[in-house]
Amino acid sequence: MVRVQNAGAVTTHGASATGGVHKRGPSGRMSRLDTRVSPYLYVAPFFIVFALFGLYPLGMTAWMSLHDWDLIGDRSFIGFENYAALMSDEYFWNAARNTLAIFLIATIPQLMMALFLAELLNRGLRARTFLRMTIFVPNVTSLAAVAIVFGLFFRRDFGAINWLLGFVDIGPIDWQRERLSSWIAIATMIDWRWTGYNALIFLAAMQAIPRDLYESASLDGAGRWRQFTSITLPSLRPTAFFVVIVSTIGGWQLFTEPLIFNSGSGAILGGTQRQFQTVAMYMYERGFADLKFGYGAAIAFALFAIIVVASLLNFVLVRRSVRS
Amino acid sequence: MRKTPTLTYFALAIACLLSVVPFYFMFIVATRKLEVINAVPPPVLPGGEFGENFGRVLDNEHAAFLYGLVNSIIVSSVVTISLVFFSSLAGFAFAKLRFKGKNVMLLIIITTMMIPTQLGLIPLYDMMVNFFHLDDTLPAVILPFLVSGFGVFMMRQYAASAVSDELIEAARVDGCTTFRLYWSVVLPALRPAMGVLGLLTFMEQWNSFLWPYAILTADTPTVQVSLALLASAYYTDYAQVFAATAVATLPLLVVFVVFGRQIIGGIMEGAVKA
Repeated sequence: MVRVQNAGAVTTHGASATGGVHKRGPSGRMSRLDTRVSPYLYVAPFFIVFALFGLYPLGMTAWMSLHDWDLIGDRSFIGFENYAALMSDEYFWNAARNTLAIFLIATIPQLMMALFLAELLNRGLRARTFLRMTIFVPNVTSLAAVAIVFGLFFRRDFGAINWLLGFVDIGPIDWQRERLSSWIAIATMIDWRWTGYNALIFLAAMQAIPRDLYESASLDGAGRWRQFTSITLPSLRPTAFFVVIVSTIGGWQLFTEPLIFNSGSGAILGGTQRQFQTVAMYMYERGFADLKFGYGAAIAFALFAIIVVASLLNFVLVRRSVRS
Repeated sequence: MRKTPTLTYFALAIACLLSVVPFYFMFIVATRKLEVINAVPPPVLPGGEFGENFGRVLDNEHAAFLYGLVNSIIVSSVVTISLVFFSSLAGFAFAKLRFKGKNVMLLIIITTMMIPTQLGLIPLYDMMVNFFHLDDTLPAVILPFLVSGFGVFMMRQYAASAVSDELIEAARVDGCTTFRLYWSVVLPALRPAMGVLGLLTFMEQWNSFLWPYAILTADTPTVQVSLALLASAYYTDYAQVFAATAVATLPLLVVFVVFGRQIIGGIMEGAVKA
């Protein structure tokens, strides 16, 4: 307590606050100083740590991406050459295509399943807490553990998935080898971990919808499906927007699942033909394996640009669907 | 309340089954002889080989698994304590104190939540290695995560409704200093939300992979890095890899079984507020 006040005294000159002033304390001046300076002291740790480990690296990524920069310290300014090289880098476009495909294959069924589960959970149920916890439990596992377990399921020989598919005369599929099959396997890992989580987010939003809306719709003779499409879905739009944005940000950063899915050396390549290398993996390959920091930084910024554009696109789409 | 048909329970039962089966399978493989995983159909009951399998993990110097476990406990605990403390302090300031620039600062904090961590990864690595000389150490893993915009925002939202302005005024009149106010009035009121934030942070740190994978080597891994090393080098010995995976997952499962109700409540509450 005393330490905080003393530390506050040091920074008084910098702070020119006109916050709430209290005159009734036992020692008027100290108490005034306390109310003025304390708020800044309390929020300072966040800003100091963020400036050092968040903001500085961010600006530095931009700066580095304009250089030919390696770990030892050789660096020369080359303007936008890294970006120009990136535009004609087929491995980059390959990674971007893979990431987008996996994102779409994972997200679209995932949101539909989450919505469906939320609708089921929103009915009057027994064992409510148990059901919610069980559906959420995949989210508790680490990405590494998920990738390891599903790697076993998706083996070509003796894998559980191929065994099940055998009953309907499909396969055996070599999941890692082909583009589409590897994308599906990775999308399955993502969906297993996130469907329950998103279902709970949707459920929370559903429970905030006023009950009487449903009651009056029910009196008007609207069935369950009609109520779902004309009351539930429109009310969920802000939540759906939130979930899609979060999925977009997470989806484009996909790294751990495809990395571990490709066991053995050269895992960062994402398969023998780079068939499931994501943008984040490619950034890691160039930045950390090849130690080309400048080029890696350019990939990072390109990734960020993609995320911003994708989020804006979602925003526009949601806005348009609100109006119509 | 509407009558719930059996079909609803049936669909939910399938969803629950799908959620649990991978865990169950993980423990089956972890407790059986290696050959069993090639059996068709897959085995359904656990075996008695866990000690033997986990023994191979412990003997495996390449993955330093035990070391990884200890490192992860240290990293997750330090980050959790620091993040929850600083978040509650800043959240209290944003919710209940008046100061110039408050709204702009809060807006900045919310904006920081949208920046993907990978964006600054390379300079962060460069800084830790060439400036702080912390490569391959735990402080390098811990330092960037001592605070979080999400934590501050969550605490602000909670403090705004959980602490009444009258209580703050009354304490002020009694001559409470601001820190005393935080410590004896705000902190007790924030405890439930701090618990949820702490659990979420601990789980996130325990499962964190990319940054530890970049900055640490095989000599001083966290548990996830150790798992990735095992999985990539010993992928033929599934029994060993799965024994390690089960041990790395078990602490979180226990935490979740004990505190799951609060965690889920916190997530659902946050979803509505956001």
